[in-house]
Amino acid sequence: MNGLIYLGLRLGRAAAVIVGVLVLSFLLVRMAPGDPALLMAGEAGIDDAQYIARLHHDMGLDRPLPAQLLTYLNQVAHLDLGYSYRNQATVWSLIAERLPATLLLMGSAFVLSSVLGVALGVIAARSQRRHGWLDKLISQGALLLYATPSFWLALLLILLFSVVLDWLPAFGMETVGQDLHGWARLTDYAAHLLLPCLSLSFLFLALYIHLTRAAMLEAMGQEYVKTARAKGLKPSRILYGHVLRNALLPVVTFAGLQLGQLASGALLIEVVYAWPGIGRLLYDALSERDYALLLGVFLVISLLVVGFNLLTDLICRWLDPRIGSGRQH
Amino acid sequence: MPIKLFKGPRAARQIVAALAASVLLSVGSAYADPHAGGTLNLVSQPEPPSLMHGLVTHVSTQYVSGKVLQGLLTFDTNLKPQPVLAKSWSASPDGLTYTFELQDGVRWHDGQPFTADDVVFSFQTFYPETDVRLAGIFKEFGVSVDSPKPLEVVFHLKKPFAPLLYSLGNGLRPIAPKHLYAGTDFRTNPYNLKPIGTGPFVFKEWKRGSYIKLVKNPDYWKKGLPYLDEIVFHVIPDASSRAAAFERNDVQVLRSGDADYSDLQRLSALPGVVASEKGYELYAGLAFLQINVRKPPLDNVKIRQAILYALNRQFIIDNIFFGAGKVGQGPFSSSTPFHDPKLPQYTFDLAKAKALIAESGVDVSKTRIRLLNGEKGGAWERLAEYTKQSLQGLGFKVDVVTSDAATWVQRVSNWDFDLTYNFIFQIGDPYLTNSYLYRTDTIVKTSPFANVSGYQNPVADALWDKVANTPDGPARTQAYSELENVLNTDLPLAPIFEMSFPTLYHSQVKNLLQTATSLNESYDNVYLDTPAP
Repeated sequence: MNGLIYLGLRLGRAAAVIVGVLVLSFLLVRMAPGDPALLMAGEAGIDDAQYIARLHHDMGLDRPLPAQLLTYLNQVAHLDLGYSYRNQATVWSLIAERLPATLLLMGSAFVLSSVLGVALGVIAARSQRRHGWLDKLISQGALLLYATPSFWLALLLILLFSVVLDWLPAFGMETVGQDLHGWARLTDYAAHLLLPCLSLSFLFLALYIHLTRAAMLEAMGQEYVKTARAKGLKPSRILYGHVLRNALLPVVTFAGLQLGQLASGALLIEVVYAWPGIGRLLYDALSERDYALLLGVFLVISLLVVGFNLLTDLICRWLDPRIGSGRQH
Repeated sequence: MPIKLFKGPRAARQIVAALAASVLLSVGSAYADPHAGGTLNLVSQPEPPSLMHGLVTHVSTQYVSGKVLQGLLTFDTNLKPQPVLAKSWSASPDGLTYTFELQDGVRWHDGQPFTADDVVFSFQTFYPETDVRLAGIFKEFGVSVDSPKPLEVVFHLKKPFAPLLYSLGNGLRPIAPKHLYAGTDFRTNPYNLKPIGTGPFVFKEWKRGSYIKLVKNPDYWKKGLPYLDEIVFHVIPDASSRAAAFERNDVQVLRSGDADYSDLQRLSALPGVVASEKGYELYAGLAFLQINVRKPPLDNVKIRQAILYALNRQFIIDNIFFGAGKVGQGPFSSSTPFHDPKLPQYTFDLAKAKALIAESGVDVSKTRIRLLNGEKGGAWERLAEYTKQSLQGLGFKVDVVTSDAATWVQRVSNWDFDLTYNFIFQIGDPYLTNSYLYRTDTIVKTSPFANVSGYQNPVADALWDKVANTPDGPARTQAYSELENVLNTDLPLAPIFEMSFPTLYHSQVKNLLQTATSLNESYDNVYLDTPAP
């Protein structure tokens, strides 16, 4: 199949998924009990039916649900995610304020877990025959990380590195009140990022190690590897040019899925480390039944997940051009 | 010093050691006089929805904006009014005129002068539109406000309203700047998020999800104050993380609720940490079991009384809330002068509870009771489970139904519950808050803090009217006593415990807890004995 047609089809599918997510999340959110107007009135100490009715009207909640849905879809089509009455700000501005923090956390955790995970997986696979102890050490260590709940690990890391050793800050994204610039500011961000990034990475690090190790071992036994050896290729060329390239396919597929999980994993980590990202924005919007904000965050997370999956498909196709070409069977 | 909260000899030794250490530390490094400078780091939890506490009564809003915006009065720990923007005040003998002299030389943070016009605007326009309850009171008692002189404000009433001063406090009703609010939609006014006040601290920055920063007001009307350069409120959503931040002295104060009840004892025993239950006298929190009296068998007063006899409230305080409170003495908090100390008590007595059920002639096992449990934290979940077990011991069939906070608000507001736990801050006079839980005219489906029990008693209604109209004195005290006895017998709400609010702070913070609403005060004379790290 032509590459452009393949891309067009995948984009069309991604757009359909996004619309589906929008409609479903809209309906699910409205089906949940709870009334944002009652909550806001309660916070203002108001128990006046007229005031609550006015809030319903302002938020458009006094109209039939299908009409609300159509209005919302029309808004989104015009890149308007609505207004958060509780925060007195547009949903775009609230998300734009918080998204960079989440992307930084997710991105760094993704790079750390994938690069380190693949490297350790390769080392484990290579050392399986010659240095069995190293393979076992890496594999068992990965299992331990996998089995440890990330929020609990996060708390332990805070206790050890922040409270006991006093090496790293315990919360937040930056040191407030210090007017830092340049390198000092960068290192301040890095110091705040390290523990949340580690906590978020560990679970996925273990998965990368196991996946890479298994895929490498499987690929090492393939006929083309024997052929390559028989042809006298250098072991490093065989390993990185043939074995790893083929072993990477399942790893890349997993990476696409992982980015979706990272977004949800970031929620817990953002809460524990007081990291100001959209995971926490989502949590707050949910507890306050801030419908517009809730749907806006859902949409952005869906876009991220769908976007990364699309990217994964394209990378897989680049790694193995038979994918999507109709030639693999 | 506190300390019912911390029980047992080992804990007592820890406290003594901690206090001794804090004293030694402060002796070693203290400044001789109040020391100017430094940043006080506090926790903002949850993140406030707005920074105008005249519009949002959320404690998280008051905590922050109480340093920026000010009201006419505050209250000392005996609930006596104290001056803030009002320098002095007087009431006419008939209780129909209240005159306030305002502080001179006060300016808003944008440089505009503060005058009586701001006060008149606040109480004649702003609050009547935004505060339904105050508007109702003003309408019922015919309150109008004017300013015969630039620094004098007069409240005129058509009939006496004894709790008036309590409704003008800092905590609930700060003065709104007329030049920024007049002619605007008050609820969407941009200054709700970047307040301009007269207080000792100026709003500087709010980075949502991270922090709110206030800086010293160099032109504060109290000369030489404030001492602190900055106050930073850090948004830290997880209780364990807040505890870690406090342990590191990244934040210097933990309010009640900032740390888990189960963590309080450990944190209070840290070197240099002070624990105190002072500073919440005006709030006088009372936790109660709300009973829907429309639902059989809860419509039977003997059944309601049996339920309260069957709950071992001291056990609840000791084991579920780790000692943070004392057994509820009646419908009004015993820490306020409105409670009758001779009120009959429902001391834990299972035999009495069973006898009352037998007297009622009701078979309590015939109807299942839904105990609606809101998302208020682990201790409240355990309280619901304890209640279920206790009532099942009497033959009740109880289902605990747990919901998140938003669902709880909706269901309770719509009377869709049989039993539920809730708490209220009394804010001085019970008429201003508790009355809404009991009066017939407050049976509305708009708030969990209305009369959602569906309780109706003309005698109680008449007594509520009487306490509102009668000036403070023996007649009013007598009326409150009669009213409390009626409510205590009818029990649409079963008082469980009077909540204490332990505050933990590092001993370097001075003058923190001085009034009946200490933590929400302006902090104009709070200082750091040694700089925060």
